[in-house]
Amino acid sequence: MPDLLIELFSEEIPARMQTRAAEDLKKLVTDGLVEAGLTYAGATALSTPRRLTLAVEGLLAQSPDTREERKGPKVGAPDKAIEGFLRGAGVTRDQLEERDTPKGAVYFATIEKQGRPAADIIAEVLEHAIRNFPWPKSMRWGSGSLRWVRPLHSILCILTDEAGTNVVPLDIDGITSGDTTEGHRFMAPGRFVVTGFADYEAKLKAAKVILSPAERADHIWAEAQNAAFAQGLEIVEDKGLLAEVAGLVEWPVVLMGDIAEDFIHLPPEVLQSSMREHQKFFSVKNPKTDRIEKFITVANRETADHGATILAGNQKVLFARLADAKFFWENDIRVAEAGGKPWLDSLGNVTFHNKLGTQADRIDRIASMTRAIAPAIGANADLAEQAARWAKADLSSEMVYEFPELQGLMGKYYAAPAGYPTEVADAALEHYSPLGPSDDVPSAPVSVAVAMADKLDTLTGFWAIDEKPTGSKDPFALRRAALGVIRLVLENDLRVGLDQLFDAQLLRHEIELNENGDVRAALLHDLDNEIADHGVFGAAIRTVLDHFDGDLSKHLEGVKASLPDTSSDLLGFFHDRLKVYLRDKGIRHDVIDACLAMPGNDDLTLLVKRAEALATFLTTEDGENLIQGVKRATNILAQAEEKDGVEYSYGADVKFAEDDSEKALFAALDAAEAAISPAMEAEDFAAAMSAMAALRAPIDAFFEAVQINTDNQILRRNRLNLLSRIRVTCAGVADLSKIEG
Amino acid sequence: MATTKTKPQCFQEIILRLQNYWAEKGCAVMQPYDLEVGAGTFHPATTLRSLGSKPWAAAYVQPSRRPTDGRYGENPNRLQHYYQYQVLIKPSPPDLQELYLGSLEAIGIDMDMHDIRFVEDDWESPTLGAWGLGWEVWCDGMEVSQFTYFQQVGGHDCKPVSGELTYGLERLAMYILGVDHVMDMPFNAPDALIPLTYGDVFKQTEEEYARWNFDVANTEVLLRHFEEAEAECRAILDQEHVDPKTGKRIVMAHPAYDQCIKASHLFNLLDARGVISVTERQAYIGRVRALAKQCADAFIQTTAGGWASDGDAA
Repeated sequence: MPDLLIELFSEEIPARMQTRAAEDLKKLVTDGLVEAGLTYAGATALSTPRRLTLAVEGLLAQSPDTREERKGPKVGAPDKAIEGFLRGAGVTRDQLEERDTPKGAVYFATIEKQGRPAADIIAEVLEHAIRNFPWPKSMRWGSGSLRWVRPLHSILCILTDEAGTNVVPLDIDGITSGDTTEGHRFMAPGRFVVTGFADYEAKLKAAKVILSPAERADHIWAEAQNAAFAQGLEIVEDKGLLAEVAGLVEWPVVLMGDIAEDFIHLPPEVLQSSMREHQKFFSVKNPKTDRIEKFITVANRETADHGATILAGNQKVLFARLADAKFFWENDIRVAEAGGKPWLDSLGNVTFHNKLGTQADRIDRIASMTRAIAPAIGANADLAEQAARWAKADLSSEMVYEFPELQGLMGKYYAAPAGYPTEVADAALEHYSPLGPSDDVPSAPVSVAVAMADKLDTLTGFWAIDEKPTGSKDPFALRRAALGVIRLVLENDLRVGLDQLFDAQLLRHEIELNENGDVRAALLHDLDNEIADHGVFGAAIRTVLDHFDGDLSKHLEGVKASLPDTSSDLLGFFHDRLKVYLRDKGIRHDVIDACLAMPGNDDLTLLVKRAEALATFLTTEDGENLIQGVKRATNILAQAEEKDGVEYSYGADVKFAEDDSEKALFAALDAAEAAISPAMEAEDFAAAMSAMAALRAPIDAFFEAVQINTDNQILRRNRLNLLSRIRVTCAGVADLSKIEG
Repeated sequence: MATTKTKPQCFQEIILRLQNYWAEKGCAVMQPYDLEVGAGTFHPATTLRSLGSKPWAAAYVQPSRRPTDGRYGENPNRLQHYYQYQVLIKPSPPDLQELYLGSLEAIGIDMDMHDIRFVEDDWESPTLGAWGLGWEVWCDGMEVSQFTYFQQVGGHDCKPVSGELTYGLERLAMYILGVDHVMDMPFNAPDALIPLTYGDVFKQTEEEYARWNFDVANTEVLLRHFEEAEAECRAILDQEHVDPKTGKRIVMAHPAYDQCIKASHLFNLLDARGVISVTERQAYIGRVRALAKQCADAFIQTTAGGWASDGDAA
């Protein structure tokens, strides 16, 4: 069985696209081959900066002959139908066969297809793959219309079997396939013939090209570690950079150089960012001092001077880069030491969002909210507000302008020179967290307060201007922000009512969106004062809303009407995120629904506590059976209520109880109610659930022994009212009707 | 060949070698455009000539001005006035990478000793409504050129595609000559009768322009000039294609484009004076882009832009 080798040789392919492109080539070609009936034993995709390579082993030499029977219309069907069938099957009328079936005589066609040689199929499939290649960005060149990531120069496409090697003929816009390729651009120029994959890989290596990206990466990593280890140093691991660098070279040569003494005092993250982003250097750390003292660069060639010229050049470029970084650092420190006011002032000129004002506006809102929630988090309100006002200052610093990924971190470094305490410094870094689902959640109260306020301000802001995430579109990462709040609350065991916070911040946004100048300032001032005096909910909102009763603004009339809806909608969004979050932790969505129906569902810690207790309860036998009993009770009750047109909710009296099981149920409910209320009060959901579990046996026994719908109307009504007590008692714990199964 | 392998002695020798190299390779060696521009791409020999179907090959030095980069001549490699070397070939030849590497050898970079790399860098000019794909070319980790296959200019698809090379001459020369501060770089031969450094030629002007750019330029005047250039560009393009005086078809793409270049530079000056806010910035860029697009539209209505009247086509 022949082996196929394809190489698409082009000008330098962006490193970030190579791996994906090699896999795409493999998928497009092998899918096409299989679809045409050419199966194979194995396929490997490889890439270098200048080539995508696909090796397919054990391919069929030709596709098998196929024979397909197709059932057509009934004999005697209209001509139109028969002609249509003939066209579809590609046969003529005299080739049709009549066969008797249980439904009468029917035409059958037999379609026979001859197998085709592999080369024909490959040529078609490869041309289709090249013309429809899913590059993230592609281009034209010269006078042609073919698109590729960069100009495509040659196509190697050969089939090899025992008899020898044959070129699969192919011509795409003047590029004809052949059996040659070239090696390293500088170290081994010139084309050579290859006869199969092993020969290709070996000749490339001789021509200074390592074909496999993984082999290049391993080589780089091993050489780099050796070089560092020999001097008692270690490399700062960076898998992303390693993959990128492996995509920039065909013949990696690792070189280690020094970082000039002038720069070693710069924060390690600054050195690392500067070297990584601009130069693609690895950082080399001295484990004794924890400082980055050297760098590793990967050249694409060997030289007679063993890389001395190349290293000297790289060192020189790095010197200039780090001189810039040092310049930024020193300027920034100067601004910080003077208190950082120019940074905060300039944030007034930076738009956060065209409807949501400047970064300075945003900082004011976050600061107000941080203050409001600080007590619930156990943070000092003054300190928390100070932290909120400092948290974004570094966005104006020169260092963050140059290296945006250092935001937060620079704020932390600059906090001390600006005279702020550690809590404020830490909050500058930590308030962005958690960014992803596995990111650490801050626990220092000041950081938590700012992190919560920052995210809640963003969420309420985009809700206020009705820019919510839809489907896969979430340009402002609002889902991530909501998940961040959820994790901040749950992992810190915070007890906050989100609803109130939403209201307060939505009101703040609405004032900013609808009012200007003195009125706006006065209203915001009122709001802050009211919140300081009365907390975020109730009095604060009402007092400020009362101001709107005059004719302040027509817009704000609408606000008064829509605020509760927007709040509820946002809470619903949080609940959806919470369900996703808890599902990953093994809590079913119906369990959460049962708990969401209870009051206080904007207190996420309480909500989750309840859900966890319910989920545990449902795994017990009592739990599962009790749910059935309660459901049965509620169903009977609902039917009776619908039939009678009344609600049975009160008045069950033990004196009308006839059966022992009925009396026992009265007693059990008395006992359960007595236990559940205080347990709920104490938020001891496990105790409430176990009190509820005690109802299981009496309820089962009751349904076993007693017929509810008796002819005696007094007994019937009493029993229905008794069922209603079951409903009411259990509803105090969770809405069990939401539980599925 | 042996002579080109020797190291150049000074800044101007590098320029002369590039001129000779690209002249040998068949480019029309042009002179700088006589207006202030931010980059060599603005020269009509690139912007306009990359449009339309007619083949083109040009190389030239272009003095370029970036007022915000002024550092009073103190920064080792930042200047508000510097030189770019620009090559544009349409259609891009299949061996453009090799031609480019040949030019590096010609200016004294020994390919056996250095590490040359093509690193992804897509080019986009929001003011010209242009973009292309290509690389920044690294020599031992330093960016020495920009290499771009133009895909669109002034909103028009480039057919055929032009290959564009841009060399930042000061930085490249400093590297080849082993100079750490641009002002110390020999401008003419160090053994000339009167040897001059880059600083002898430009230190004073860097100071003068930095002061004017940052603090003195009259922003009201600049703003008015901007509006006037914009209006004049439009007015030129509004003219009938047929000149009433000569009766000839004369589409005035170049005079209109001059106004577009002026508007672009005036915007850069205003930006350096710090009077353009973040939000206004986008609006100004959009206004210049609109002019560039209209000039591109006009250029393809000219003979150089590939326009052919029915009579010509027959």
